[in-house]
Amino acid sequence: MSWSLFIKKRIDSKEWSARLALLRQLFAKHALRSRPASEAKTCACHSESADSTQDKLREQSQLVQVKKPETLLCAQNDHSCSPQPSKKYLSLLATTILLLFIVGSHYAQDRFPRPEFESQYQRPLTTTPSPQAHFFEIFDIFVLAGALGLASYFALKKRSRRGIFWLTVFSAAYFGFYRNGCVCAVGSLQNVSAALFYPGFLLPIGVIMFFVLPLIFALFFGRTFCAGVCPLGSMQDLVMLKTVKIPRWLSEVLSLTPYLYLGFAVLFAATGSAFIICRYDPFISIYRMTGDFSTMIYSLGFVGLSVFIGRPYCRFLCPYGVLLGWMSSLSKKHVTITPDTCVQCRLCEDACPFDYIDKPASGKIPEPRAQNRKRLAMYVFMLPLMILVGGYALSRLDFVFARLHPKVSLAEQIRQEERGAVPRTSLETQTFRTMGVPIETLLEQATEIEKRFHTGAWILGAFFGLVFGLRLIRLSLPQFRIDYEIDRTGCYSCARCFESCPNEQVRLQNVKNARFERSGKEYLLHVAESAN
Amino acid sequence: MNDKQNKVKRRDFFRDSLRTLLALALGGSAGIATRKLIAKDLVWQLDPHKCVQCDLCATECVLDLSAVKCVHAHDMCGHCTLCGGFHRPDAVTFDTAAENQLCPTGAIKRNFIENPYYSYTIVEEKCIGCAKCVKGCSSFGNGSLYMQVRHDRCLNCNECAIAIACPAEAFQRVPSSQPYILKGKQAQA
Ligand code: SF4
Ligand code: SF4
Ligand code: SF4
Ligand code: SF4
Ligand code: SF4
Repeated sequence: MSWSLFIKKRIDSKEWSARLALLRQLFAKHALRSRPASEAKTCACHSESADSTQDKLREQSQLVQVKKPETLLCAQNDHSCSPQPSKKYLSLLATTILLLFIVGSHYAQDRFPRPEFESQYQRPLTTTPSPQAHFFEIFDIFVLAGALGLASYFALKKRSRRGIFWLTVFSAAYFGFYRNGCVCAVGSLQNVSAALFYPGFLLPIGVIMFFVLPLIFALFFGRTFCAGVCPLGSMQDLVMLKTVKIPRWLSEVLSLTPYLYLGFAVLFAATGSAFIICRYDPFISIYRMTGDFSTMIYSLGFVGLSVFIGRPYCRFLCPYGVLLGWMSSLSKKHVTITPDTCVQCRLCEDACPFDYIDKPASGKIPEPRAQNRKRLAMYVFMLPLMILVGGYALSRLDFVFARLHPKVSLAEQIRQEERGAVPRTSLETQTFRTMGVPIETLLEQATEIEKRFHTGAWILGAFFGLVFGLRLIRLSLPQFRIDYEIDRTGCYSCARCFESCPNEQVRLQNVKNARFERSGKEYLLHVAESAN
Repeated sequence: MNDKQNKVKRRDFFRDSLRTLLALALGGSAGIATRKLIAKDLVWQLDPHKCVQCDLCATECVLDLSAVKCVHAHDMCGHCTLCGGFHRPDAVTFDTAAENQLCPTGAIKRNFIENPYYSYTIVEEKCIGCAKCVKGCSSFGNGSLYMQVRHDRCLNCNECAIAIACPAEAFQRVPSSQPYILKGKQAQA
């Protein structure tokens, strides 16, 4: 669509002609009014205060012909050169105004001179209420560090579920409801990826601290961030009532989705397309206490789910949990179920509502060693293949992912319109056409972005292949576990399972005169006398 | 026994080196990211020179009542009797009768100054950010009415919902020390 077409369409509309008639009338009145000579110093239309950006815009615009009549209007309005406009001028002016309308909201401003008032009227200023952000940004870093320290202290040193619980309440109240759950550590991973890969994306200090601090703590103490600091985890933890057990195979499969989510979140953030974690955050609208109907249903659905399934978002979606899991699996310290030694009493077996307690391997029927080795060797051999296949497969789908980038989807729409494949224009394409950027520029930019997506999709696919292959290898590794142990990758250090351990009861001195006995290969616990 | 101890030692060593590796990876990426680090916070703002006055600001904000509202650069205003931002195009008389007003919530206050000039002020509590008046003023007037994210209301979401929807790509992150992109004389200040 060229400019002339655009103009035609605008003048045709009813609104415009009605408006035009009115303005003609009014302008006739305005222009005939005589003005005091003292006013005639400068014409407001040409004064310095004219918006410089607008001027620049006008210069850049290719509408030189349309621009001229505008200057004419100013000359006409300038009392020093034409104090008594005649009828001929008036019709000329009306035509000028018509032409001015055509230029549209983008380029036409300063149509009417700004009056100088005889009365004492003072023009009010535009108020600029400041964002509260900066103070809170620094403050929040300290609160976060403090909460992380407390969580680690409660979980590892005090082994206190009560402490963790109150910390959870605090986090939901402060990070959640008071600070509106934004920026959270989970979302900050997108800002960091964008800062790493996307030119011109800046990273405020608060955001990077929210990303790094929980990971550092996880490297030393396990996922104490999840225990009672993360606003998303807190919400799910607090509504959890009675959990149903999910079959191991199902949770094993579902626990792969966080890797997918993480991969896509990084891809879309790094290409500057979207922050999908923020967009599909199920709890934020509850913390903000706003949102339209569908988001509310989505959020309440998730909360409802969390009542019966322990932390569904954490276990089966959270992309940040993947990073925390890596750190935690190799952490320096980590919570243990028992404060002492495992007596294999099996009391803790079902104590974890999230199913992160691993049973001793002795319970399984051992596979013939040779067979196991063979399979393991095959998986290891297949790993590079999986990486390649994954990368190739996703790179073929790059155009699908690229659509999420606003520029790419705009270019696609424009292309279709040019081909005449779609009957109507959309708001986006209309806007684009009024901005006067050549279509070729847009298409070039879109191609550039698509190229980045191609590379990104290769890396992403390779990552998925790696994750999948490693999971297969891990599942077929021989198990040497002899005690009931916590799965360090998944465990949120919530301290729930502790109390089920008899040794913990001894530590708490709830059980006195406890004695352990061993019969054959098993430990037996004899409790002579209970405290109450 | 000795063999077992050695095994444990070897495993610990393995874990230790892996942990160091993870720490290095974390430190490395954080280090690279710090090249983009700024001491200031960033907030969302829209560039009124890019805005095309669609009504998405009113509907897309995560707040029920949008954080984006119309503001007025009074020093750009022509103080016209017939205001493109105040009156409907089909207004019969140029007065404050409700049926003549463009604003759906009557958020623009019109006051007489002196003949034939009027002042137009936005009552922010009433404004829903629909940009109707801005469109009128930009098309027929001086363009002194324009949209701005009001930071006493904005939650500063990590991903502003309007920024995604805005067809003109008018939204950008700006330093919190200069959180507005103003028009008129205040733009230079
Ligand atoms: S798993 Fe994710 S959402 Fe859950 S508590 Fe941890 S960081 Fe928060
Ligand atoms: S501390 Fe215990 S109950 Fe809590 S998540 Fe970890 S294993 Fe499960
Ligand atoms: S969404 Fe964009 S174009 Fe529409 S009114 Fe808001 S800033 Fe203007
Ligand atoms: S017309 Fe819309 S943007 Fe303008 S003052 Fe009224 S509600 Fe606000
Ligand atoms: S950042 Fe959030 S609250 Fe502010 S204008 Fe955008 S959507 Fe509305």
